[in-house]
Amino acid sequence: MSGERKKIIPQKHPMPEQEAAVRCRNFDEVALGYSEETAVAEANRCIQCKNSPCVEGCPVEIDIPAFIKMIAARDFAGAIKKIKEKNNLPAICGRVCPQENQCESKCTLGKKHEPVAIGRLERFVADWEMAQPEPIQVQAINPLGKRVAVIGSGPAGLTAAADLALMGYKVTVFEALHIPGGVLVYGIPEFRLPKAIVAREIENITRLGVEIRTNYVVGKLASVGELLEQGYDAVFIGTGAGLPYFMDIPGENLNGVYSANEFLTRNNLMKAYKFPQYLTPIRVGKRVAVVGGGNVAMDAARTALRLGAEAYIVYRRTFQEMPARREEIEHAREEGVKFELLASPIEIKGNEEGRVTSIICQRYELGEPDESGRRSPVPIPGAVFEMPVDTVVMAIGQGPNPLIPQTTPELKTNRRGNILAKEETGETSMPGVFAGGDVVTGAATVILAMGAGKKAARAIHEYLQNKG
Amino acid sequence: MFRIVAKKELAPRIKLFDVEAPEIARKARPGQFIILRVDEEGERIPLTIADFDQKKGTITIIFQEVGKTTELLGELQAGDSILDFVGPLGCPSEIERFGTVVCVGGGVGVAPVFPIARALGEAGNRVVSIIGARSRDMLIWEDEMRNVSSELLVATDDGSYGIKGFVTDILTGVLSREKVDRVVAIGPAVMMREVCRVTPESIPTVVSLNPIMVDGTGMCGACRVEVGGKTRFACVEGPEFDGHQVNWELVLKRSKMFVEEERIAMERGGCRCQENARR
Repeated sequence: MSGERKKIIPQKHPMPEQEAAVRCRNFDEVALGYSEETAVAEANRCIQCKNSPCVEGCPVEIDIPAFIKMIAARDFAGAIKKIKEKNNLPAICGRVCPQENQCESKCTLGKKHEPVAIGRLERFVADWEMAQPEPIQVQAINPLGKRVAVIGSGPAGLTAAADLALMGYKVTVFEALHIPGGVLVYGIPEFRLPKAIVAREIENITRLGVEIRTNYVVGKLASVGELLEQGYDAVFIGTGAGLPYFMDIPGENLNGVYSANEFLTRNNLMKAYKFPQYLTPIRVGKRVAVVGGGNVAMDAARTALRLGAEAYIVYRRTFQEMPARREEIEHAREEGVKFELLASPIEIKGNEEGRVTSIICQRYELGEPDESGRRSPVPIPGAVFEMPVDTVVMAIGQGPNPLIPQTTPELKTNRRGNILAKEETGETSMPGVFAGGDVVTGAATVILAMGAGKKAARAIHEYLQNKG
Repeated sequence: MFRIVAKKELAPRIKLFDVEAPEIARKARPGQFIILRVDEEGERIPLTIADFDQKKGTITIIFQEVGKTTELLGELQAGDSILDFVGPLGCPSEIERFGTVVCVGGGVGVAPVFPIARALGEAGNRVVSIIGARSRDMLIWEDEMRNVSSELLVATDDGSYGIKGFVTDILTGVLSREKVDRVVAIGPAVMMREVCRVTPESIPTVVSLNPIMVDGTGMCGACRVEVGGKTRFACVEGPEFDGHQVNWELVLKRSKMFVEEERIAMERGGCRCQENARR
């Protein structure tokens, strides 16, 4: 090999996808995944550089070059084992992580060419494993005789639970809804993350001995303090950002105004798109305005489209400032979502029955960057217009779910209601209680929540070892 | 799965279940509710807790078959199970020694009033209860209410039992007859609104709202109500609110959000009903 240089393929291998014209009318997954041949070819693009900067870009520290090398050598079982040393939800991360801002943004190859498609490769091996008759065995567990309660079965909770189980703890996860997965099941649509995949990854976590109790609302059935009294040696809170924000404008309580959480929960968790076979209804009408520019807004708009409506994203800034992933914006555009940029509703109008008929929007222009670094929107005086719509979805963000802080006064929170926890450990103001993910940071990404769950698991292990 | 240990038909289309849910029974307080899902394809619906028994580990729910979900629920028999049953949700009623309290229950709303009336009585209040229904055969839990009340008054719309008229007619009489320190009213939204019109602002009037809900834990915001000009989430901030402050017009409009869909659901093919009947 010495002296011989591989010819570099400058572009990522494209991801096979359902045609936009077809997929905008179904809820099946959009991205179809690499074939073995494509995966091996993509893995061969990795130059296996010495310093592997990609690993630094991964919140859960996967040994990326190692698993890619195994794919290149067609050792898919080895590759999934390597990933699972750090990440228990690879099929999910391979689909919904913003790799372009994380591992792939640091890729050495990416300095001159497109980076290696790390996310797609992760998804490939995870899907390969799911196609095998048996999941790849994870390491044996030496029980330590201690119990940890995990509140919330979203990405943070599941990661903490899996890591703690692997360390030898008996873990119980408490979930308020009837299906575990948190935002992975109620928030992210089927076409982006099939629920069967979430179920399968959770099943793998229960194989580690993790018990999941659904229909259990901590804060109501038992408080955090009561869990500790019941014999849990530590508690991890990963209850996420489940409190929808509204704009506080006139007409916001009219019929036809949904929070993104409600709109997505009805569809994803309750399968309203299969109404009346499934009994939870959703009504969208002919035209839907989704207010916001994040991934949640794209998910809502693309869902509305699939329900047969004309869907608009109404956003105060421009494409450049949109917080959604480029890929999601592109997918939405290809499918026919329309964008009403530099605009924001100031009033929602309705008819006598209390149903939405239109939104009145203010036009904006961009001014100086604000504290988020994005150029802030400035209203153009007098520039107001009306958009006839039947449905409005507010996708302007979520706050921390208040149930736990409300019932646990010992737990310190900030003004926004987020639980105060140390960034590196997740330690809260309550001894033995740790927190991480969106309930601490505010709404962020699946992988950051997983990173927080991982750090907290480590810190809980340390705490329980010292406690003796 | 949550087993139904007892089933009773209290009135035409009004049914009572005792459901095995020991953990919820241990924590439940008057005024709280549960959310259930009948089966895999079902929706999540909230029902106010009618009673709870820590010893038996059961929660009593009483419901009227008004839509597809309550109809499917009504088809279940003792020994059958409900797929999901979660609670206790919402804030418990404020129970204190207020003095004289009037508890008003209309229709199936008599059920959730019962544990509140009982708790208020135990807290040393004089409890005057007023219950009502369309007709005598639709009246539920008269004896239960009598047992926990200092005085029980009954109204039926058609006059087939008690006085002919509405609960508000009786309430007006009670208010003119004695000093009342608090009113608790649960029933159809229109009844609760009318009760609030009858009681002066000086008498705190508590109502229990039952808006459309999905998760019941503050996550979706479907249960938005306007109280005192502010938007509140009934699932976590309620279900009880100061009735004088409630925007009733909004409550009534939002309750009709999915009328059309409810009709479609009712017309859904009979195959699934038969499946359920076989279970």
